[in-house]
Amino acid sequence: MASNEEILAGLAEIVNEETGLAPESVEMDKSFTDDLDIDSISMMTIVVNAEEKFGVRIPDEEVKNLKTVGDAVSFIASAQA
Amino acid sequence: MNTPLVRQQPLREYTRIHGLGAYRPELVVTNDDICQWIDSSDEWIRQRTGIVTRHRAPREVSVVDMAEHASREALAAAGIDAAQLGAVLVSTVTHPHVTPSAAAQLADRLGATPAAAYDISAACAGYCYGIAQADALVHAGTAEYVLVVGVEKLSDFIDNADRTISFLLGDGAGAAVVGPAGSAGIGPSVWGSDGSKHEAIRMTRSLLDVRDYALSPATSDGVSNGENTIPADLWPTMLQDGPTVFRWAVWEMAKVAQRALDIAGITADQLVAFVPHQANIRIIDEMVKQLKMPEHVAVARDIVDAGNTSAASIPLAMHRLLKEQPQLSGGLALQIGFGAGLVFGAQVVVLP
Repeated sequence: MASNEEILAGLAEIVNEETGLAPESVEMDKSFTDDLDIDSISMMTIVVNAEEKFGVRIPDEEVKNLKTVGDAVSFIASAQA
Repeated sequence: MNTPLVRQQPLREYTRIHGLGAYRPELVVTNDDICQWIDSSDEWIRQRTGIVTRHRAPREVSVVDMAEHASREALAAAGIDAAQLGAVLVSTVTHPHVTPSAAAQLADRLGATPAAAYDISAACAGYCYGIAQADALVHAGTAEYVLVVGVEKLSDFIDNADRTISFLLGDGAGAAVVGPAGSAGIGPSVWGSDGSKHEAIRMTRSLLDVRDYALSPATSDGVSNGENTIPADLWPTMLQDGPTVFRWAVWEMAKVAQRALDIAGITADQLVAFVPHQANIRIIDEMVKQLKMPEHVAVARDIVDAGNTSAASIPLAMHRLLKEQPQLSGGLALQIGFGAGLVFGAQVVVLP
């Protein structure tokens, strides 16, 4: 099981790969759409890559609730628990 | 009991696609045209979808008209007379009559009467469903030559203000003639459905809603219907849940594509072309990544000019690929269609 810091770092890596955004710009309070300018299709790619990386399942209907990076980190942490 | 023996058709060992045909309507709709109706930009649409233009047919051009154009070219390319067709299959979801089928009219126009004729409703998987059926019909000896058409006039079922799918869609027709061959030309079909996701791509309403409205009293002023107001979107049009479809299309369909390769005993590096349904360039690019498609494999990206033409997209894209790169003829292509249903179909085929 990964710590929140490890999940954040892993997520930042995935976001960087999909969008080219610097990993350090991926911070807990950032909104995927408003701050990081990630569209719904890129978000799905990030979600699928995160599922693979962290060994969790993130259902489609849950993706809509992941507004900030922090939301995603907490969801992954609780799914791993 | 001494039951007389029924004579059964001998099986034919091999089948292949003998010729392709295409029809692209003349009217070209640009992203700037689309932006009259939705708050967007050419750049946004290109980035999200890869689409620069799509073709749309005028009111007087029907699904059957478009199918006829593509079919005549396919028959000529195959060197087959329409009278030799044992079956005519038309994959479409936009023929605006519940019955009779587009296929029966098409067969007659082509001079294929009395060939068996029926429509297939499998949306963007329709062409691959048609090839699966044609392959089986020829194999089984039920028909010698089968015409498979993918044709759509999606512009009749779009809402210009819709941002989920309408702006992607175009009109067109593609056709293939399938028949017996001296060597293997169509790999086993991998096809299926998942109706639990039937709402992922859907119509805004059913025709019965339109009927109920039209038959209800107090519509004479054209606005009010008793206590109701005529909905501006009364006509059924298409909608999709883009992210859900994207996820399914890329990650689930990459597995289907891989199964089609495996079952045909082919590896990706043995292909000369990959012709996926032209849904969205980002789905195509992501599938190429998931399948680890080698660089030498030509990837069809007809979507840039043609948009998403549902059942017509694979034969249109394959036809164009062969026109631009005739040296690919005789090589192996992986084709995969997927869409509303949800439904999917895939085969490895020898390019005609």
